[in-house]
Amino acid sequence: MLDLSRPIYLDNNATTPLDARVLEAMMPYLTNKFGNAASRNHSYGWESEEAVEIAREQVAKLIGADPKEIIFTSGATESDNIALKGAIEMYKEKGNHIITLQTEHKAVLDTCHRLEREGVATVTYLAPQKDGLVNLAELEAAITEKTIMISIMFANNEIGVVQPVKEIGELCRKHNVLFFTDAVQAVGKVPIDVNEMKIDVLAISGHKIYGPKGIGALYVRRKNPRVKLAGIIDGGGHERGMRSGTLNTPGIVGLGKAMELAGEELESETVRLTKLRDRLKDELMSQLEECYINGSMEHRLPGNLNISFAYVEGEGLMMGMNNLAVSSGSACTSASLEPSYVLKALGVGDELAHSSIRFGLGRFTTAEEVDFAIEETVKAVTKLREMSPLYEMAKAGIDLKSVQWTDHH
Amino acid sequence: MAYSEKVIDHYNNPRNVGSLDQQDDAVGTGIVGAPECGDVMKLQLRINETTGVIEDAKFKTFGCGSAIASSSLVTEMVKGKSVDEAFAIKNTELVKELNLPPVKIHCSVLAEDAIKAAIADFRKKQEAKRQQVVAEVKA
Repeated sequence: MLDLSRPIYLDNNATTPLDARVLEAMMPYLTNKFGNAASRNHSYGWESEEAVEIAREQVAKLIGADPKEIIFTSGATESDNIALKGAIEMYKEKGNHIITLQTEHKAVLDTCHRLEREGVATVTYLAPQKDGLVNLAELEAAITEKTIMISIMFANNEIGVVQPVKEIGELCRKHNVLFFTDAVQAVGKVPIDVNEMKIDVLAISGHKIYGPKGIGALYVRRKNPRVKLAGIIDGGGHERGMRSGTLNTPGIVGLGKAMELAGEELESETVRLTKLRDRLKDELMSQLEECYINGSMEHRLPGNLNISFAYVEGEGLMMGMNNLAVSSGSACTSASLEPSYVLKALGVGDELAHSSIRFGLGRFTTAEEVDFAIEETVKAVTKLREMSPLYEMAKAGIDLKSVQWTDHH
Repeated sequence: MAYSEKVIDHYNNPRNVGSLDQQDDAVGTGIVGAPECGDVMKLQLRINETTGVIEDAKFKTFGCGSAIASSSLVTEMVKGKSVDEAFAIKNTELVKELNLPPVKIHCSVLAEDAIKAAIADFRKKQEAKRQQVVAEVKA
């Protein structure tokens, strides 16, 4: 039976619930095993340090890294900040140019904006192709003698498109540029091998993979090339000097366990979630006219669907499907009144950006829930289209682009 | 953000959704907003050409819950009012009635604009009709 005491959670690109197995692994470190992992002279410290090192191995294993190359942080926003600010500081003799994509997460974009404002970096923000993927020829052409880092996310948080990471890695190696990828959405969902993909720096978040919030990691390559990043927080010199601060042992243990589970279930979950997501897509597209998928369907995370329903507005739509927890690229859901910058960068018109809904299926999503989501979405879209002046005009054969609208914003 | 009960009520049970004959001289149509801004409201008023009283009102809205609720409420408010009384309705009355938060005030502004646009359209039609009558008399 479907439990409708709370909305069905289909927003797993925003955050995921903590897996009970992860909580179980964390519990001792939230209670009696409270030692400081940096305490070298008693067993409290030793047992915490041991737990941290096991987690470091678990994290490293899933991305094909060496445990020594993993540093723990408070989350991916911090990881992104260390990667970019740390590289600009450390490699200032070599250059000051960063290349990134317009569809990156704000943790990357806003960090780049700050570096530009402070006058320490120049940044190229490349537009993605219509399908959300980077144009490799444009990327290569943007590289200059001053380029020190290319920062391109592995998979996008809104549209779920997976970038050609291996090709980007090869490009970076060829031009002797560091490759940083924010892999928050991709870790545990698609296979990652930092050596095969020639990734130099990679950001990880705990709460996107059924781990706890407030914990993340950064992979920093140690050889071929040896990457060094200046820390952005001063203190005790923890984590090879790149991230001072007492280690969050329970969070780290949770992240390690979450990575281990994600690795074990990666293959079976990919098959299951792809099937459920495609069912959702196919049913919506067959039951409703004028639905548009945002971003590549071919290069996409298994559980993600981002779809625009023409003639209805996203926030109004979400209100009509209040038994579903989803998100929208509509302006009305943000404080800025601007629709999603990611959809805009893809060239999706503002009108369709306002009409977009992101479904994020996850580990605990069932087929029954997906069927319910289809039903609720079709019902709400149909109801709102009957109420929509745009739908009425389109049905009457009026070209909405030819209409002189009154702009009120 | 949580919606007020009144917004939810208007959203779930919108009053007077529909269309009136746009060609009818007694019908004023106001379409305001823009798709790229995320809201478009169409408000239509059937106005008694002799008494100037609004006898019917219909709306269709593309927008968020607050935009739908604002236009639904407007159709209820204007019915039975004279054109002049309806023209004087202020967006602040809608904000108060629906308990709209600051980020949704623009929805009420748009609804006020819709009333004014619909009345302007009605007046334009009436004026054109009067001109035609004058022309016919002169001929």
